[in-house]
Amino acid sequence: MPGKLKAKIVAGRHLPVMDRASDLTDAFVEVKFGNTTFKTDVYPKSLNPQWNSEWFKFEVDDEDLQDEPLQITVLDHDTYSANDAIGKVYIDIDPLLSSEAATVISGWFPIYDTIHGIRGEINVLVKVDLFNDLNRFRQSSCGVKFFCTTSIPRCYRAALVHGFVEELVVNEDPEYQWIDRIRTPRASNEARQRLISLMSGELQRKIGLKVLEMGGNAVVGYLQCFDLEGESGLVVRAIGTACTLDKLIPGSASNTNTHPNTAPASNACNSPSKEIKESPLAHGCRSSHNSPVHSACSSQRLSHSQNFSVSVPTLVFTGMGSGISVGKEAGPLKTLLRQQAQSALEQREFPFFTLTCFPPGFLVHIGGVVSARSVKLLDRIHNPDEPETRDAWWEEIRQEIKSHAKALGCHAVVGYSESTTICEEVCILSASGTAAMLNPRFMREGCLDAGGSDQRLSRQPPLGMVGSERAEGEVSSSWLGFDDASPPSCGFCHIPYDEFNMPFPAQLTYCYHCRRQKVPDVLFTTIDLPAEAAVTGKGCLIQARLCRTKKKAQGEVNATAISNLLPFMEYELHTQLMNKLKLRCMNALFGLRIQISVGENMLLGLASATGVYLSALPAPGGIQIAGKTPSDLSYDQHISTMQKRINDTIAMNKELYNIHPPECIEEVVGSPIPDRQRSRLFRSTSESSDELSELDLSHGKKDAFVLEIDDTDAVEDIQSLLTDAPMPAGFYSCNTEVMPGIYNWTSGLQMFTSVRVYRLNNANLTNQGLNKIFTDLCENLLKSLYFKLRSMIPCCLCHLNFTVAVPEEELIQVAVTAVAMSFDKETQLAADKALNKGSGENEEQLQFSMELCGESTSSNNQPTAKPSGLPESAMTHSSSRDRCSTWLELLRLKAHTIRRGSVKTTSSSERCSPLPEVRSRSLRSTRSLPCGAPVTVVKMTPLSFLPRTRIVKYLGIINMFFIRETTSLREEGGVSGFLHSFIAEVFAMVRAHVAALGGNAVVSYSMKECVFMENPNKNQAQCLINVSGDAVIFVRESDQEAIPPLITCGQTSTTGADGTT
Amino acid sequence: MSVELDVFVVNTTIMDEEVYQLWLDGYTVNDAVKVRMEGGVLEGCEASAEVLHSDTMDQYRTFQMCERLLHSPVKLANQLLFQIPPHRQVMLIERYYAFDSVFVREVLGKKLSKGTKKDLDDVSAKTGVTLKSCRRQFDNFKRVFKVVEELKGPLVENIRQHFLLSDKLARDYAAIVFFANNRFETGKKKLHYLTFQDFAFCAGQLISNWTVGALGDYNMVEDMDVDLEKEFLQDLKELKILITDRDLLDQHKSLVCTALRGKTKAFNEMEANFKNLSRGLVNIAAKLTNTKEVRDFFIDLVEKFIEPCRSDKWTAGDMRLYLTHYTNSAHVLDTFKHQVVWDRYMGVIKSCILKMYHD
Repeated sequence: MPGKLKAKIVAGRHLPVMDRASDLTDAFVEVKFGNTTFKTDVYPKSLNPQWNSEWFKFEVDDEDLQDEPLQITVLDHDTYSANDAIGKVYIDIDPLLSSEAATVISGWFPIYDTIHGIRGEINVLVKVDLFNDLNRFRQSSCGVKFFCTTSIPRCYRAALVHGFVEELVVNEDPEYQWIDRIRTPRASNEARQRLISLMSGELQRKIGLKVLEMGGNAVVGYLQCFDLEGESGLVVRAIGTACTLDKLIPGSASNTNTHPNTAPASNACNSPSKEIKESPLAHGCRSSHNSPVHSACSSQRLSHSQNFSVSVPTLVFTGMGSGISVGKEAGPLKTLLRQQAQSALEQREFPFFTLTCFPPGFLVHIGGVVSARSVKLLDRIHNPDEPETRDAWWEEIRQEIKSHAKALGCHAVVGYSESTTICEEVCILSASGTAAMLNPRFMREGCLDAGGSDQRLSRQPPLGMVGSERAEGEVSSSWLGFDDASPPSCGFCHIPYDEFNMPFPAQLTYCYHCRRQKVPDVLFTTIDLPAEAAVTGKGCLIQARLCRTKKKAQGEVNATAISNLLPFMEYELHTQLMNKLKLRCMNALFGLRIQISVGENMLLGLASATGVYLSALPAPGGIQIAGKTPSDLSYDQHISTMQKRINDTIAMNKELYNIHPPECIEEVVGSPIPDRQRSRLFRSTSESSDELSELDLSHGKKDAFVLEIDDTDAVEDIQSLLTDAPMPAGFYSCNTEVMPGIYNWTSGLQMFTSVRVYRLNNANLTNQGLNKIFTDLCENLLKSLYFKLRSMIPCCLCHLNFTVAVPEEELIQVAVTAVAMSFDKETQLAADKALNKGSGENEEQLQFSMELCGESTSSNNQPTAKPSGLPESAMTHSSSRDRCSTWLELLRLKAHTIRRGSVKTTSSSERCSPLPEVRSRSLRSTRSLPCGAPVTVVKMTPLSFLPRTRIVKYLGIINMFFIRETTSLREEGGVSGFLHSFIAEVFAMVRAHVAALGGNAVVSYSMKECVFMENPNKNQAQCLINVSGDAVIFVRESDQEAIPPLITCGQTSTTGADGTT
Repeated sequence: MSVELDVFVVNTTIMDEEVYQLWLDGYTVNDAVKVRMEGGVLEGCEASAEVLHSDTMDQYRTFQMCERLLHSPVKLANQLLFQIPPHRQVMLIERYYAFDSVFVREVLGKKLSKGTKKDLDDVSAKTGVTLKSCRRQFDNFKRVFKVVEELKGPLVENIRQHFLLSDKLARDYAAIVFFANNRFETGKKKLHYLTFQDFAFCAGQLISNWTVGALGDYNMVEDMDVDLEKEFLQDLKELKILITDRDLLDQHKSLVCTALRGKTKAFNEMEANFKNLSRGLVNIAAKLTNTKEVRDFFIDLVEKFIEPCRSDKWTAGDMRLYLTHYTNSAHVLDTFKHQVVWDRYMGVIKSCILKMYHD
């Protein structure tokens, strides 16, 4: 019996009136874990019952501890009839299983009912006693930490990054079981909630096992998704990056070379048995299908087996990317680098990383975006215990991604993510990431420590290492030379592929920063902007939107139709992105997310990214419009006015985003086709790509980007290019973690979720009509956000990622969860000035150490830049205590006057203790005030950090799934009223869980699923929401730390470097 | 294309005070949008009426969801649904319980019953306050009344603790509760010139001097701040001697006149009217045992005292002088034994009359 779970029900408050006669309630509580149930006494006639129960003890396997949630049901006792349920609370006890996370769960939880919403609150205390040493069991994976954050969590350092972990579990959806016809909607919803909770637990445990097997102790960038496949079942799948994390102990020097904890662990990772399991890769790399027009038909594999499947050709977005070629030959240095890195990574089945933000030095080069999509027909999952089909589907897609990365001369994929869209029985699986070259030392044991090169060289290869790896150990000294050759602020931009044999035609120039290596003219990535990157000006959100009609069809016909459409959509989205990027005078995209959503009679495509001007890349040329048939004068005139508008917009955008690149000498080199000085964009999809190479577009300025107007569609396209409304003054937006060019955040932030559903009233819409509608609704939503958040000005909307769906025919749903963060205008102006001054002297070479320390990676540009090696003095804590917001102060005052021990809400003062473990349990367990205790303030953000604060502890992952249903839609304020209160309730439940864990914030929060269904005629609606994030404790930084030295503002890279020297 | 669903939810609920006021004032969403547009909220933002409408809808929904909590403000502080910073909570509560003085003037002293609520449309038409707002204000009165009715302890303090209102607003509510409980007549034409604040002041005087609670003993009975002290009202009957005993009356008059002579222009009128005025005040005191007469307290004060003085063109200074001497002189009367009751009575009467003596 490896664990004992203990729960105590303290009290309830604000309960609903269950007995109309007395206007009171006779409440009692059932506490259930696994198959064991306990009950409290009935507390008669009260809306604020004080049960103060004994400790209910469950003796359970640790496997169950991981899988099962603690289920608390509040009921109203009824002598004559069945007891009425008031509502439930599910508590995930996983955070209690890791010694470094929370020690006790204690607090007020909203009592939730799927029909009525929140009905009062209940105060619960939960503890776990684990009998054995955690590391001993292997059938469970207690103790493996999970993080949603896609970077190394801030109070840890990565000793080792093991790589990709994935798992999926399937089950029958209770909503589609026969029993659903006879049970109540409430019972059905609860069955579903419980099942998903169980499946998530199981999934997490299984992934944990894989991590332990690899020798890691944590999963970073954990991404869990649900596929509601309807009749065919319910899939819960997750991917993540296994790591070995060391906790940074404030006060101790963090670059010690010995890490006793990790050494044995990483040995396990390299155990030969592991490698043998992995299938060797086919060496001859499959050509990546870059030209959609070409490959649309060529790469379709129609199998007529039971599983219908269409593999859709994918685009590799790099620069102007179109063309096919695989580069293998290279200069000696690159070859060495590639071989070395490849052998380190090739042992892994999939060298994928879900991280988007990396320690300095991790990323060597970036190739470009790789993505793959596949259209599948769903059928019933026959044996839930062996979800082979789904596994095989994903395997296939991952292989494709891997081969695309190879084609780009890269051995790894970073910023990797997977998604699905389902409509009836058609399912599109998508995967995307950024092909990259990584520094192999991060993947191997023992060589991660700062400046540890000497030590590494003298190090003996550990036992059980395969031969190839031993060889690497010897050559790794060459890394140093290489590192010196490419300064961190531009190294990642340098091409990983061979310039004489490029995978696609692109213009290469010598890096504008170091002038030594070649860089492409445009760079697309799915990752966040590296902290060390040198950027000119500010960034901005760039969205490409597309809508395509599709005939209604069934089965294979439908799937084929969809897969035929996909390449065109990807191509057009790409074109739009490129145009908009040029229009803003920028040359790189970060955080690119392309979402394609399928409906019965249309497909929606939405691409979001943050555009920036990378100083290392050449200045983008303008956009040139060319008329195909220069027939009459008015047409020419029309074109020239349009050209003028475009030029004006570019000029305006340069001002707006403060892009004033230093003038540089043009050196275009290495273009495979010398006379093709520029790329060209097609409008008409009917043209075949063969024409492309024949056309020579020599008119216009050098380096210009030519848009050809050959039909009315193109005119509309250009119009729509220009109709993207500019942001109101004082606003910036991006979809990444941080906004390049803004450094001085204040602590003011506001997280929001907005959902809109539009009905297309006229059925016979053309593609153009639909496009316009879709673009308008995205623009309107943005405008609405700007208006609602105007009180935050000057501010930046960060992590602005839209999720689109087609819930029904003629309905389009757009959802967004983002955060508005205000910044200090005064210091920003000063910083901008410094930036302009500093941009000339970007030759400055930066020494960067290899230390993988979460804090020093501070890609957020927030002026944390605190030497991580320094002891975090108690002074800091005491001063931060003084700076608590008045709110907290007020709460603390109250808590003191009440004299009930330390009420948990005085978090900021309590948690200032450098060692959070010191926090005593007994203090917190006294929190049993019935009504008087004030509510803990819990901040929420989709980002991995909170500006001007320091995260001192991660308390565990929050992963919650809720269903809400109503049969009185009108009475609840219609669909908007219904969803509004549901989202507010979800926020409340997330906050309550975080507070109960002892936290005061959720970072990396995301709403991964929001499925809304309505039937207004029956006055009914149902909604499913899945949210996740990391519960943390943060403390405020003292103001002294928070004021950035202006010099570091000028060069982002110094921020990171300072932190580690 | 039409927007089927449109929601915007924030983690830290911060409401726009302007929109909140429009909602409280009972504006419909469309009217509120109009008002906001005219107020120039869109200036500087490149937003359309559509955006404004969506924003207004979101806020109205939030207010509606909050309204339930505002009915018991203590819950607002420890509920979990909305994360609202405390100073915002204070604002929400204070504004929700604020009322229009024109409206309260109409219902002051009326029974807070369903019947009165039914007549609110008339009140709305008369005062120009929207019916929705009238209902909210009326329900607030009733809610506060119901809660404090059952409670022991000082009225103002109870209101402040249960509804987390500011001292000023709690006092106003105490006045409203007090008037509603005693059903003071305030609607007569002759009383129209009096504002709510005049009445609220008087109510404060009555509560702190004439109720059981006024004695500072809060352990005995319920409703001690809401009802006038029975014993005291009985004792007031004894004051009648001041007008029934001719000697006393004359003596009182000469004492007052001696003190006033030469100090006011209205001396002649005071001297001439002394007996009438004194009878008026003492008769009011003597009648207060009868609940019906209590209701007419204010109308009596106006008819029997304020109006005669006003027609004689007393200034406010005259009034103060007269009442001071009138009260004090009674102490010198050796046959008059009810000094304590007299002071308790006249203290309140004096300050009420001084407050009510204006145009």
